[in-house]
Amino acid sequence: MTGAVLNLSDVAFGWAGRFSLRVVDLRVAKGESVLLLGESGSGKSTLLSLICGTIVPDSGRIEIAGQDITELSASKRDKFRAEQIGVIFQQFNLLPFGTVADNIMLPLRFAPARNKQAGDALAKATELCRALGLPDGVTNIKATALSVGQQQRVAVARALIGRPPLIIADEPTSALDANSQAAFLDLLFAQVHSNETSLLMVSHDPRLGARFDRVIDMQDIAHVERGAA
Amino acid sequence: MILRLAIASLFARALTVGMTILAIALSVALFLGVEKIRTGAKASFADTISGTDLIVGARSGSVQLLLYSVFRIGNATNNVTWQSYQDIAARSEVDWIVPISLGDSHRQFRVMGTSVAFFEHYKYRQGRSLEVANGAILSDLFDTVIGADVAAVLGYEIGDPIIVAHGLASFAEHKDQPFRVSGILKKTGTPIDRTVIVSMEAIEAIHVDWQGGAQVQGQATPADELRQMELTPKAVTAALVGVKSPLQIFRLQRAINDYGQEPLLAILPGVALQELWGIVGIAETALLGVSFMVVVTALIGMMATIFSSLNERRREMAIFRAMGARPATILSMLVLEAVVMAALGALLGLGLLYLGLFIGQPILDREFGLWLVIDPPSLREGWVMLAVIAAGAIVSLVPAIRAYRLSVADGMVVKT
Repeated sequence: MTGAVLNLSDVAFGWAGRFSLRVVDLRVAKGESVLLLGESGSGKSTLLSLICGTIVPDSGRIEIAGQDITELSASKRDKFRAEQIGVIFQQFNLLPFGTVADNIMLPLRFAPARNKQAGDALAKATELCRALGLPDGVTNIKATALSVGQQQRVAVARALIGRPPLIIADEPTSALDANSQAAFLDLLFAQVHSNETSLLMVSHDPRLGARFDRVIDMQDIAHVERGAA
Repeated sequence: MILRLAIASLFARALTVGMTILAIALSVALFLGVEKIRTGAKASFADTISGTDLIVGARSGSVQLLLYSVFRIGNATNNVTWQSYQDIAARSEVDWIVPISLGDSHRQFRVMGTSVAFFEHYKYRQGRSLEVANGAILSDLFDTVIGADVAAVLGYEIGDPIIVAHGLASFAEHKDQPFRVSGILKKTGTPIDRTVIVSMEAIEAIHVDWQGGAQVQGQATPADELRQMELTPKAVTAALVGVKSPLQIFRLQRAINDYGQEPLLAILPGVALQELWGIVGIAETALLGVSFMVVVTALIGMMATIFSSLNERRREMAIFRAMGARPATILSMLVLEAVVMAALGALLGLGLLYLGLFIGQPILDREFGLWLVIDPPSLREGWVMLAVIAAGAIVSLVPAIRAYRLSVADGMVVKT
């Protein structure tokens, strides 16, 4: 592991006096997989939004691939996110009205550099589907017509297309049984390792820790305060 | 790709979106329809009489004279004596003059007495002349020429007998003097289609045995005897006048209006029509205003539909945001959806309008004598449709800005 893909230090974020989050330090190295453990209300979602740049901290630095995103304008942060971060949601959250190809290629629409890197987007989406064990011709099918397991794979393909340096996964296994969890993580790690992508996954399940290079407890790096407005 | 996804998103909400598009379509069809009927009615009225310089009748209102003499709407308050008619006809400015006598009816159609010259001088739709589809114009005293609608509605053919009723809503009929259909006119799209035309002499003939609106008891002059009688009319309801030179129109009009023997009125058909439009203009504006408000209501309905869908679409917006979409992209997607809905609504509305016109054209013609010409969509209709689409985009900005704010607040955190 060389260099830090994610380097977050002394970040503070407050919302209308009702909620504040302070994160002292969080680093993810290139190719490293990190599990961030935390209970509900521990500030995990807010931290992910900060890393993705959809909200801006009041103070502190958030460096991704060497760029402090707090210095970027809102539109540049959005573009940066599209190019540098792949996101996997809790329930995969595929666009129900889009085809598999639409869903996988969606990030490329907002990321010119990632799009260029992907080359022929449809060919790349098809290649990813094949690598993830999805059947031939699946790209033209509505995403919601797939089984849950197949939707997981589409979500992974969407995060991986264009090879972003950082993948963020927001409790993607929370709704899965043990067997499905294992299958999903096998799939995810196989792709992450082959692409040398860094992975930051948020979960409240400590049993997943064994699969990751490092496990961080939110309580050790972050402090949350709640109060009346 | 964004446009395709926006359309796919609309398809995913097909029922709600379909109802919204239908509401816009109906409102656009109504708005354009009102305008089409308004302009069509004007054109139809304006096309009813052409080439007539003056209409002369007993002194009343110019619109009233125009309505009863040309459109068979309403009745004359008085007649013009035959002597006055002769005096006008004898004036040097007059090129031709055609008498009109109204008052009797056949079933629901008006009977008009006139001279053979009517068929020569009456013009409609920029100078078209009346044409006989079947038979011939008046040759015998009891011949009648009927309009196309009279023939179609009553199923008359050449040679069929016609009994004329006395007055417009009377049960008294001139049964002893039946007419014979000698000719059926081609369709004109004017009130002529709904008129039974007889000669002025025939009008006199059927009233020979009548006094005070009823037939004199035991008096029935045989038809052959009537044919031999001097049947000079005593009065006419109105007269259509053609002037030798357009420069003489106003001089003749002034002379008739100043005629000393009886109070007369001479009007220029075009001027009277303008006066009529002035009277109905307020109603037209009100009707246009109402239909405009219907369009506005439909667009507000679309705004409400987009608004109500925002909450359930926060997940979708969060996905887009997480993938790198800017809040402005979310805003533009919603505006794009509204534009697509408004455009589809406007196009469907135009389609419904033309469907309605094709279905309604014969009904309007049959029921109201209003012949709507179905032209291809005009530039004005194009502008109206563009305005609806632009208004749809503007209206959608309200929920789109709300979506923009939600997407900024939600970020990539999916809210359900």
